[in-house]
Amino acid sequence: MPVSLLWAVDVYGRVYSLSTAGQQWELCRDAQLEFKRVTAAQQCCWGIACDNNVYLNVHASDLPVRYQEQTYENQRWNPVDGFSERLLPSDRWQWSDVTGLQHQPLDSFRLSSSSWEWEGDWYMDENFEGEPIDKGGWTYSIDFPAAYTKDKKWNSCVRRRRWLRYRRYKAMDTWAKIPSQQTNLPDPFSDISCGGWDINEEPRGRLSLWAVSLQGKVWFREGIYHQNPEGSVWEEVSLPGEVVQVSCGPGDLVWAVLWEGQLIVREGISRDYPKGSSWVMVDSPSPDVGATHVAVGNNVVWVLTKDNKVWFRRGVNSHNPCGSGWISMIGEMIMINVGLNDQVWGISCDDRAVHFRQGVTSSELSGKTWKVIVVPRDGDRSHSSASASSLQSAGCYFRGEVRAQSVASDVEPDTEKGSTDGATGLVSSDIPESFNAPEQPSDHTSDHTSDTPKPCIPKVTSDSFISELVSDREPASAAPAVLEEENISGDAEVTLSVLPIPSGGPVNPQWSNVDLEETQVQTGAVMESSDTCSLSSVATYTLAIEDPYGVDEHPLWAWISGGGCSVDSHSQLSWFNCPGNSSGLVQSIQSMSLSVTPAQTATWKRQIFEQLSERTKREMDNFRHYEQAIEQSVWVKKGTMQWWRDWKPHKWIDIQFALEQFSGPDGNKDGIMFIYYNFNEEKKYLHAFINEITILVPVLNDSKHTFAIYTPERTKQRWPIRVAAGTELEMHDWLALLSVSSCDSRRIEGPPSKHAIWSITCKGDIFVCEPTPGLEVVPYPTPCDQMFWRQVGGHLRSVECNTVGIVWGIGYDHTAWVYSGGYGGGFFQGLASSTDNIYTQTDVKSVYIYENQRWNPVSGYTSRGLPTDRYMWSDASGLHECTKTNTKPPSPQWTWVSDWAIDYSVSGGTDREGWQFAADFPASYHGYKTMKDFVRRRRWSRKCKLTTTGPWQEIPPIPLSDVTILPCATQSSVDVVPLWAISNKGDVLCRLGVTALTPAGSSWLHVGTDQPFKSISIGAVSQVWAIAKDGSAFYRGSVSPESPAGDSWFHIPSPAKQKLKQVSVGRTSVHAVDENSNLWYRQGVTPSYPQGSSWDHISNNVRKVSVGPLDQVWIIADKVQGSHGLSCGTVCHRLEVQPMDPKGQSWDYGIGGGWDHITVRGNSLEASCVRLPSLTSESSPAPPSPPLVGSLEVNGNAVGCEMHT
Amino acid sequence: MADDKDVLRDVWFGRIPACFTLNQDEVTEREAEPYYLLLPRVSYLTLVTDKVKKHFLKVMKTEDVEEMWCESEGTPLKWHYPIGVLFDLHASNTVLPWNITVHFKNFPDRDLLHCPSNSVIEAHFMSGIKEADALKHKSQVVNDMQKKDHKQLWMGLQNDKFDQFWAMNRKLMEYPTEDGGFRYIPFRIYLTMSDRPFVQRLFRPVSPEGNVHTLGNLLKEMYPAAIPNEGEPKQNQVVIHGIEPLLETPLQWLSEHLSHPDNFLHICVVPVPTD
Repeated sequence: MPVSLLWAVDVYGRVYSLSTAGQQWELCRDAQLEFKRVTAAQQCCWGIACDNNVYLNVHASDLPVRYQEQTYENQRWNPVDGFSERLLPSDRWQWSDVTGLQHQPLDSFRLSSSSWEWEGDWYMDENFEGEPIDKGGWTYSIDFPAAYTKDKKWNSCVRRRRWLRYRRYKAMDTWAKIPSQQTNLPDPFSDISCGGWDINEEPRGRLSLWAVSLQGKVWFREGIYHQNPEGSVWEEVSLPGEVVQVSCGPGDLVWAVLWEGQLIVREGISRDYPKGSSWVMVDSPSPDVGATHVAVGNNVVWVLTKDNKVWFRRGVNSHNPCGSGWISMIGEMIMINVGLNDQVWGISCDDRAVHFRQGVTSSELSGKTWKVIVVPRDGDRSHSSASASSLQSAGCYFRGEVRAQSVASDVEPDTEKGSTDGATGLVSSDIPESFNAPEQPSDHTSDHTSDTPKPCIPKVTSDSFISELVSDREPASAAPAVLEEENISGDAEVTLSVLPIPSGGPVNPQWSNVDLEETQVQTGAVMESSDTCSLSSVATYTLAIEDPYGVDEHPLWAWISGGGCSVDSHSQLSWFNCPGNSSGLVQSIQSMSLSVTPAQTATWKRQIFEQLSERTKREMDNFRHYEQAIEQSVWVKKGTMQWWRDWKPHKWIDIQFALEQFSGPDGNKDGIMFIYYNFNEEKKYLHAFINEITILVPVLNDSKHTFAIYTPERTKQRWPIRVAAGTELEMHDWLALLSVSSCDSRRIEGPPSKHAIWSITCKGDIFVCEPTPGLEVVPYPTPCDQMFWRQVGGHLRSVECNTVGIVWGIGYDHTAWVYSGGYGGGFFQGLASSTDNIYTQTDVKSVYIYENQRWNPVSGYTSRGLPTDRYMWSDASGLHECTKTNTKPPSPQWTWVSDWAIDYSVSGGTDREGWQFAADFPASYHGYKTMKDFVRRRRWSRKCKLTTTGPWQEIPPIPLSDVTILPCATQSSVDVVPLWAISNKGDVLCRLGVTALTPAGSSWLHVGTDQPFKSISIGAVSQVWAIAKDGSAFYRGSVSPESPAGDSWFHIPSPAKQKLKQVSVGRTSVHAVDENSNLWYRQGVTPSYPQGSSWDHISNNVRKVSVGPLDQVWIIADKVQGSHGLSCGTVCHRLEVQPMDPKGQSWDYGIGGGWDHITVRGNSLEASCVRLPSLTSESSPAPPSPPLVGSLEVNGNAVGCEMHT
Repeated sequence: MADDKDVLRDVWFGRIPACFTLNQDEVTEREAEPYYLLLPRVSYLTLVTDKVKKHFLKVMKTEDVEEMWCESEGTPLKWHYPIGVLFDLHASNTVLPWNITVHFKNFPDRDLLHCPSNSVIEAHFMSGIKEADALKHKSQVVNDMQKKDHKQLWMGLQNDKFDQFWAMNRKLMEYPTEDGGFRYIPFRIYLTMSDRPFVQRLFRPVSPEGNVHTLGNLLKEMYPAAIPNEGEPKQNQVVIHGIEPLLETPLQWLSEHLSHPDNFLHICVVPVPTD
């Protein structure tokens, strides 16, 4: 989980942030002003300062915020001047936007605020739809507006060219004032809340920002997205009343609190209308006590009432934003906030401490208990002077602050901790306990206003709930007015829909009195001054500080925002222990949890390692000739499984599965695997030697726990041995055992070498193969069906490596991962896995189903199709019925993490409801309806998540779609290795600081492009090639160690009528794959002309290519036919690739059946020249059989040697 | 870098060279040659001395043979302690190989348990595992195992199959990360100069305040004399598997890595040898 920040404001207006990996509140020193409120997203934080202006703090990222300004220069031909700027009166402006309607001369572009700067000057765009255009950049047409071409024709009467200029947002990591360009803003803002980033992914970085003014009006900030972080304009939102506070969730939930104590819920929020359409009123949880504060998340709403009680709204979701009923929760809070993953933070009303709601999961949204965050603040001691100086500017708010301040600033951190512990109980203390203490009978006097009905307890069935209730309550405590419910699932049957209101609950005296009185005054009074009209907690603290009981020994918090804080119930947070007195503890806990990094190898552990090896010397070395007490024997493991039988009709039959293992005389372990089955009442068996097994592939689906076992013979047949275990656990036990066994028999242990070949299946499983020098021998290499693959834990979509052992992977959710040097993980536990360098890895992908409809003249489009039609809910092919309810996650490893939602990002476009239209099923779909369209479909997507472990560490924060690492030959471990990547939005990035020792590197350098890119590859001499979204290729000039990002892009047209999709560059060879599965070789590449001259076709049937540092060519083939079956997605090796014939001759077929990705860019193992080509290395004992396909002739083996000299 | 798993391997494959000699009082038909054997530290004497028995029976009259028992420098060796514990307690500071005297008469019923068959050892071993899991996981793990899983643990020990044993034993070593360790640490502290066989009490790996307990914390509570006072010379050695871990070693780690196959951490406190 990447590090993210929790933001908070203390009662003095100082802004702090707490990192999910951190153990102290960091003061935001940049803030020149005091702040009243902040609201955070992952990429930025908004705030209202005490000058009542809105400020924005955009977090610095390696990806700059750049905005492309463009304008068109238009010209018309006339017989006298040729093309000139003299246009017809009816023509467009000479300088215009793309439509021609807007007059846009170059000097009309101005920076929108002081937070922006120009990146360079205006320049002409010389690329037109993937094709380079001549100097001058003109495109021609018959007339405006019409289709433009790059060639001037006889009838070209007009021409235009595009000018580009980028501006860059420069105010990163500082609080930049949002200019109030409008004069009609009536009054200052008092509340602000951002969210809405999950409503729509386009445009990227889009946010909804809601604000409340002191007069109770609500405003919506338009036009906030990545390239325009400040947004453009405030729009007023009409209201049924006057609002005090608003809360916007990550999705489509927006709730606000009215002055009168009711709540209003925004309806009609969608991807097209993030502002929503109307308000619906929801009553306060308590009829007598109005709501004062609301916090919403994805599917939750938390509310505080004036008596500081905490309420949870049940049954809230996209379809029912109002929810269905209130549940009273334990705790008394003055402020509450919901962050990412519906996690909840609150500020308690008795001690103003920040609490985190523990145990909030998607199935238990209300969580379990409040846990106080006890970490010290940066500057608790040393910055007293700084904060003292802040007094003056905020003086009007903070009477009596000097005293409190001096108390706060003189406290030593450790005494502070002591007192925190004393006040709230020890580390694990939960709020329920600490809340019992202040409940004194006298409290009721403070509650004189309400005449309370007897609180009742709703019907509950859960035992654990009752036990929690009992354990939380002391017997003396009067009535169980406050309750926690265990299980609140979104759609649970509402047996206690509206709760009888336990408003007579005891109230904590000091704080709640103050707030109560004040809010009562406010509700009664018309707004008189801006000071009293806000419920802002800041205004109430002046009293609090004077309170004799409010001893300011620990921080007093006023506001908190978790909108940028990514934690979930699995996160390991170190917020709840005091560092200092227990920093040793934290460290030793870490070392205990089976992860030891070199620096952490503690003395005690080194001592044990050393003593054990001394013991071995002392007790055994001189006595090795003694007889062993226990003789070694054969070990057999047996089990019942099912087997997909080899003969027709194929089906699963019950078998006995056995593994016999034995140690050879040399201590080498080996084994045999048996499948005992019945054939016509006859007992038979099938066996395979463990040292013949080339790969074990888990095939987990929702009905069977199966795996496939391949030998070279089975790979040729494309027909593995497939067995199914009874449970997932059994399957993993067998897989781990067989895998350890086959690695033992081949004497492979430990992490993959730096030359390893990595591959990935369509299930995201990662396999690695140790190459032998024989693999790249010409002309008789080791057949690639003999390659041995072992699995490595983790889940990835692609992986890239280089020859010094740097390996990067990209997940399905585009997260970047770096290989940590370990092995195992996943289901390889215990002995098959390294204990260090194994980390938790998650991945998220979407499952798609289609809703299909047919038009009929009576009722229009309906879900009633023709009898011959596909299912009305189906997969993409239409052949399988897939409804919202019967569609399951891909395997038991995956769990749903979202609801079904319409997917608008379908190629070809959709209408506003996500529909695509066509004449009939199946046909080509388009995003608008025509007269001829009789059917329509739309795609629904639902996200699922997988959590596993593996030797991978996340590299936040930029999601990637491709990565490439320079395949350098020999280098020292500190040399910087060029690594390039493409972000999932198409930005080109260059990673700085990557070395063999620090494979993760340090930061990204952004490389500007004029259009998004999709594939990139760097060759051995720093030649960078990339493929743009339009399918053309680009070569990056002048890349060198001195200039790691190069200087400019050279456009290289794609092969005629083909769009390229992927490129791979080896030592000198450049290969690319197009969207029609053709493999192309770049002809004519020389050191002086690195762009080459033309594309040569090599092969069809290619999905992906990987060119290695020896210019070896490996691909994933689309379809390969074996003797028994067909495999789609197969690893293939190009044979007879030689310096004189870099295109090679034919293919050799390796492992296949669902392979998606391969990288050979780590393998620089050349065959020794002395060795005769007919001999392979010792480690592949089988004599090399000639490859399966293509006729091979022994030709000029001398060339094969030359290649390596 | 050495891996924690290597510790498991080193512990499992620890061997003590032993020289078995027949007690001179035994009546033999001819002189018995001593028998040399590498004894696994983690196993039990009666489980691995079949060969010794066969060797000496060759020179004896069958009518003189009763149950075999072993003795080291006058101390009868309890077969139900792991071999390594016996060695560390009684012979750690002697010259190797370890001299063990074999008897076939005068079984010391007061000191030793009878061991008529391997099933007695199995029962003893399994009861150790179950007791340890009761302490570690309220018996949840061991009870979730099937009969064949129990068998796999035992067969692993009996046949010296590290992989077979640990494939199952790792389940007994798991714990919820949020707990920071087992519920209680299964340990036994053996004292040479005490009349009690060993010390065994409830002790958690983590203190109520969240501090990790170390070997030193355990000894301070169970047997303070084992820890040298400041300034004084060391009186006792704290030996586990023939090594002396530092007192700051976390107890949970020790329990996971230096426990015997019965899942107990067997700690020997022996006096520092006086040269």
